[in-house]
Amino acid sequence: MIERIADYLEVPVDVMAAVASVYVILAAASLIVLALGRERQPELAARVKSWWVMVTVFAVAVFINQAVSAVFLAFISYLALKEFFSMIPSRRIDRLAVFAAYLSIPVQYWFAYTAQFGLFSVFIPVWMFLLLPTIMALGGETGGYLKSVGTLSWGLMMTVFTLSHMAYLLFSGDTANVVAGGAGLLFFLVFLTQFNDVAQFTWGKLFGKRKITPTVSPKKTWEGFIGGLVTTIVLAMFIGPWLTPMDWQWSAVAGAIIATAGFLGDIAESAVKRDMGVKDAGALIPGHGGILDRIDSLTFAAPAFTHFFRYFFYP
Amino acid sequence: MNNALRYLFFAGPVRFLVLLVLGLNVRRRDKLPVDGPAIIVANHNSHLDTLTLLSLMPLSSLHKVRPVAALDYFMRNKWLAWFATRIIGILPVDRSGGSNPLAKSKAALAEGSVLVLYPEGTRGEPEKLAEFKRGVALLVKENSGVPVVPVLMHGLGKALPKGTRLIVPFICDIFIGDPVPWKGDTKVFMSDLRGAIEALAAEAHFPAWE
Repeated sequence: MIERIADYLEVPVDVMAAVASVYVILAAASLIVLALGRERQPELAARVKSWWVMVTVFAVAVFINQAVSAVFLAFISYLALKEFFSMIPSRRIDRLAVFAAYLSIPVQYWFAYTAQFGLFSVFIPVWMFLLLPTIMALGGETGGYLKSVGTLSWGLMMTVFTLSHMAYLLFSGDTANVVAGGAGLLFFLVFLTQFNDVAQFTWGKLFGKRKITPTVSPKKTWEGFIGGLVTTIVLAMFIGPWLTPMDWQWSAVAGAIIATAGFLGDIAESAVKRDMGVKDAGALIPGHGGILDRIDSLTFAAPAFTHFFRYFFYP
Repeated sequence: MNNALRYLFFAGPVRFLVLLVLGLNVRRRDKLPVDGPAIIVANHNSHLDTLTLLSLMPLSSLHKVRPVAALDYFMRNKWLAWFATRIIGILPVDRSGGSNPLAKSKAALAEGSVLVLYPEGTRGEPEKLAEFKRGVALLVKENSGVPVVPVLMHGLGKALPKGTRLIVPFICDIFIGDPVPWKGDTKVFMSDLRGAIEALAAEAHFPAWE
């Protein structure tokens, strides 16, 4: 049955099975929420409910059709960039530069979709990096120029360049991954990153004592980080050989990279939010906050894993 | 025919623009009156203000909502006048002091309309609250049972400020407050109203916009 569906959707059967197991995890989470009492844990209940929606939207959009996936992933970058621009102080004069930053999204995702690694790698860090300060200098307002160039360029890198690595993996991964294709690689990255978030949170809640960054993210503890890291590595060792060309040793390394990068992305986003004086970057996802709050760890984990994997495993 | 166009416009392009391109963060949407007579009082920074407020209304109450707008601006040519009165559904008032603008608003309230008023009078400086005009108080004085609901909008003045045509996406915050009661005095009402909108603005920390 699962093979026939996978065949029909042209999704590797292993990826189908992997998505199915995520639903098993979600069902377990919902049962836990029911056991604890929905009213007593409204935040947790909202969070789990949002996970159902996010997993479903992601699975449907990414694994049904290639063009749909490209548009969907680009749209995630769009939402994240918009949230970023809405959160930071900006200058009226820079509206055109902000508009240009939005326009770079379809271009960047086109390079990812067509798997043109060269252009994909340089378009934002080189061409947009040069274009934004040019537009802003031609605007003629020098007060606050450097700060604006800095924040806009950084936001574009963080939300568009880094996240577009998910699309690059999906669309370029088939040749490198005969086991489960680009879809398998994307699943490996996204699932482990999100799993690591939950694992670090849970370990931290249960055993957290020693704070890592009291001024940036006071809830992050060594116990949470290391607990999450070990759990993610173990899980990576199990699913890596099944979804990717990596053996269990390589998968462990990949798991460690994803868990560590995810943690660092999380605290980088926390630092930005503290700097801006906001608790959440947005209010899009009930129980989670904005989209940036949900994907902050992916902003670091996606490029870190992609370049690690590409260096060692791409033909 | 005309109503169909209006529904299509708000169900399609307006919702696409407001919900997908811009994105809203609405607080206490349930306090927004969807049935008249009622008055919505909001700050005004952008042409998008009215579209956004109307997009929050269920399509079924669209025909009841009448944004009160300047006749000389929106009726300056045939096409704009058609669009403003037939699609948006504005209640055009003469601000040059010709006919009595209050009479028209009063009549609309009597018909059970939801009026949208911008007491700043014009869009003004982006994302800054200008002096309020007294017209709203005079209207409420004569219709003191009608709820006056304050609304604060932030972000639309960044997305489409006065003097530009390029829409640049920003997430927009829409905060809706409790009705401001009429206590029998115009001055008191104006200061209560301004206080209510300023209190809504103080709910969030908006990033600087120079």
